[in-house]
Amino acid sequence: MKVVFINPFLEATVEVLKTMAFIEPVPGKPYLKNDNVAKGDISGIIGLTGDARGSLALSFSEGSILKIVGNMLGEPIADMNGDIKDAVGELTNMVSGVARKKLEAAGYSITAAIPTVVSGRSHSILHVMGGPSIIIPFETDSGAFVVDVCLSRKE
Amino acid sequence: MDKSIKILIVDDFATMRKVIRNILKQIGFENIVEAEDGAIALRSLKSQQIDFIIADWNMPNMTGLELLKAVRTDEELAKIPFLMVTAEALQENVIAAVKAGVSNYIVKPFTAETLNEKIVKILGTD
Repeated sequence: MKVVFINPFLEATVEVLKTMAFIEPVPGKPYLKNDNVAKGDISGIIGLTGDARGSLALSFSEGSILKIVGNMLGEPIADMNGDIKDAVGELTNMVSGVARKKLEAAGYSITAAIPTVVSGRSHSILHVMGGPSIIIPFETDSGAFVVDVCLSRKE
Repeated sequence: MDKSIKILIVDDFATMRKVIRNILKQIGFENIVEAEDGAIALRSLKSQQIDFIIADWNMPNMTGLELLKAVRTDEELAKIPFLMVTAEALQENVIAAVKAGVSNYIVKPFTAETLNEKIVKILGTD
């Protein structure tokens, strides 16, 4: 996967969480993912097509997502309810939108599908491309989450 | 600006409807109704007086753009201000929405200030 594909997703994630949840997540060093097991307790996945194809997943630990959604809604949330699932879908959508805008500026026109949300510990994330994906780890005061990107330029 | 106007929020994500509702309350709008997609919104628009529409672009059944087109071609609804909310910042989408008669356009993620600015731009400051 090209490096040019990583930064738009990293920047988009920070931008979305800063604006919608008033949280500034700290990105760690991206690494190659070598299994299909999600890193978090709940994940949003979205398919991407166009000049590059693949998928994007955001996988949150319980602590991080409870804090993020609580901030978004302006009320504390104690457990993983329907609001959380819904918000993970919406956050995935927004990160994909902001990242695609950045990719468009770099010459890649990409469209996205409607996100799907999966929850439960150790669930799998299978990217459509089947190829290797890059994990961008993030830390927040309330826990970790990862952005999992699998994207290849259309030949 | 008349803060008692009835605003319809159309978004398939309940969280996003809540976020927008919270922001509207912060900036003084209390008279708010919600719809889950364009088709439900259209029924709502036919059954009650709505003064302002805030709709998401990407929704099942009837998208925000389809709703906009339906509103603009309906004599009774055509003049209602329509603010499109979307994660789609692509140029071609903006052009399509403008062509269909959108009043203004807001790209997610956005802050309360940005939403307020867009509403003020549409309604004026009076």
